[in-house]
Amino acid sequence: MPVIKDAVCSLCGSLCDDITVTVEDNKITKIENACILGHSKFVGMFEHDRIETPMIRKDGELVPVSYEEAIEAAAKILVNSRRILSYGWCSTSCEAVSGAIELAEETGSVIDSTANVCHGPSALAAQEKGSPSASLGEIKNRADVIVFWGCNPVHAHPRHMSRYSSFSKGFFTEKGRKGRTMVVIDVRKTDTAKLADNYVEIEQGSDLLLITALRSIVNGHEDVVPETVAGVPKAEVLELAETLKNAKFVCIFFGMGVTQSRSKYKNGDAVSSLISDLNQHTKAVMIGMRGHYNVTGFGQVATWETGFPMAIDFARGYPYYNPGETGANDLLVREEPDAAIIAAADPGAHFPQKAVRHLAKIPVIQIDPYANPTTEIADVVIPSAIVGIEAEGTAYRMDAISLRMKKLIDTRFKTDEEIVKDLTAKVRELKRGA
Amino acid sequence: MKIKANLISGRTADQGAHLEAKTHKGYFDACAYCELNSADLERLGVSEGDSLKVTTEFGEVVVFAKANDGNPDNLAFIPMGPWANAVLDPDTHGCGMPGFKGVPAEIEVTEEKPLEMKALMRKYLED
Ligand code: SF4
Repeated sequence: MPVIKDAVCSLCGSLCDDITVTVEDNKITKIENACILGHSKFVGMFEHDRIETPMIRKDGELVPVSYEEAIEAAAKILVNSRRILSYGWCSTSCEAVSGAIELAEETGSVIDSTANVCHGPSALAAQEKGSPSASLGEIKNRADVIVFWGCNPVHAHPRHMSRYSSFSKGFFTEKGRKGRTMVVIDVRKTDTAKLADNYVEIEQGSDLLLITALRSIVNGHEDVVPETVAGVPKAEVLELAETLKNAKFVCIFFGMGVTQSRSKYKNGDAVSSLISDLNQHTKAVMIGMRGHYNVTGFGQVATWETGFPMAIDFARGYPYYNPGETGANDLLVREEPDAAIIAAADPGAHFPQKAVRHLAKIPVIQIDPYANPTTEIADVVIPSAIVGIEAEGTAYRMDAISLRMKKLIDTRFKTDEEIVKDLTAKVRELKRGA
Repeated sequence: MKIKANLISGRTADQGAHLEAKTHKGYFDACAYCELNSADLERLGVSEGDSLKVTTEFGEVVVFAKANDGNPDNLAFIPMGPWANAVLDPDTHGCGMPGFKGVPAEIEVTEEKPLEMKALMRKYLED
């Protein structure tokens, strides 16, 4: 029976590439090394509700049709709409993303990724201030101070700490967890915070204050820091600044606590400035804890092809980018799109009510392996193969290292890449006929 | 009884394990709840599993009560998903990102039960 070693887990941005999978009769019968999230991903195609066939909504109900009919119906929607939102494309391969960008250009759509509700503000911060980074391999081998700021890897990236950060043993970090200082900054004592040497509990929404205080201290101006900052006593802030300055190699991993709270991208911008201040004293880098396994890849591909990492508007015939205007949520809240194509993402579950309400009103084309809340408001549903299990492709880990995902079993479903190619061809055919 | 709280959402391992199984009851169990610390639950006079109505400027949603003593007083957490999004802030303040953390909310006891995923989504189609 085939045992496939070093399969890549296509769930979270850690993109663990050491999964061992046993395949019998085209079924995965054993999964080794994956965490609870990864395990759920690999058993998914046997235990979860797949979308069994393409569907079109008729009289309020989704009814089964062929791939050809679904592609034709979807292409008609795209050709007959004036302001299309193409959203998602982060739990799929870079090859599919590239096809999606071509389709967006062809249809004059706005294309945006799940970064819109995740690390979008980090991308803005990186553009404003830069983002000194390192590979996770370097962190593993060198970092002696690891900070998790507004993120909870125990839950969101369960193997991150053992493979790349707090617990991992590397070339210069052979003592593993014992040789590293782990700091957690959060608004509540998460399961990650419980493992920290130093847990700093801050008042929700006041990250920017703490970062600014740290910067003042690191730059030799502790006199300007008040007795408490962001709910943290000055003594604790001083101690934290010392820990950072005296490190040999610091990595600040930051998450949604930083990007989704008040000040949004200004927080990431400030983290970047803090990193640059720290680099006057020691080596310091920052890495965003990316959620979807290939959300980093979307940013990479979109940047090569259009010059921008997300929220790209092709309405003018060339790529235009202004996230607060061309971001998926901004468009939906303004009730601007008259159709949407959603792939490998689930705004039905992850967008605020006002955005979902508008999606429910317009024709929605969904491309996904599984039924989810978006299916409930979709008008054309096209099932796809699962990349990393039923299809191969490229993905980028959270540190922007690209990995090749393997195909492990055969499938009767079309891949996202094929679907998007078919759709583009159909759109071109319909446009020629017009 | 009603309390005022600061509402945030975020990931949990159970929510993540159901990312591609959202039609399962496990997803409902993993996401349709609101965590407060035991002191806050006591102030509301509820135990885990009772229903809470969470109301913000942007909507209301019924979810189950859950205790988490890692939360400071008046900090409410609902895992990311359609229940949390029913009450979070859609405004992106010009940077693309809605307000998923730090939304002022009122939380009270209710006799109503949380809606399961499909029923919750159906409300958007009816609106
Ligand atoms: S940590 Fe992420 S990539 Fe690694 S096994 Fe778990 S879900 Fe998969």
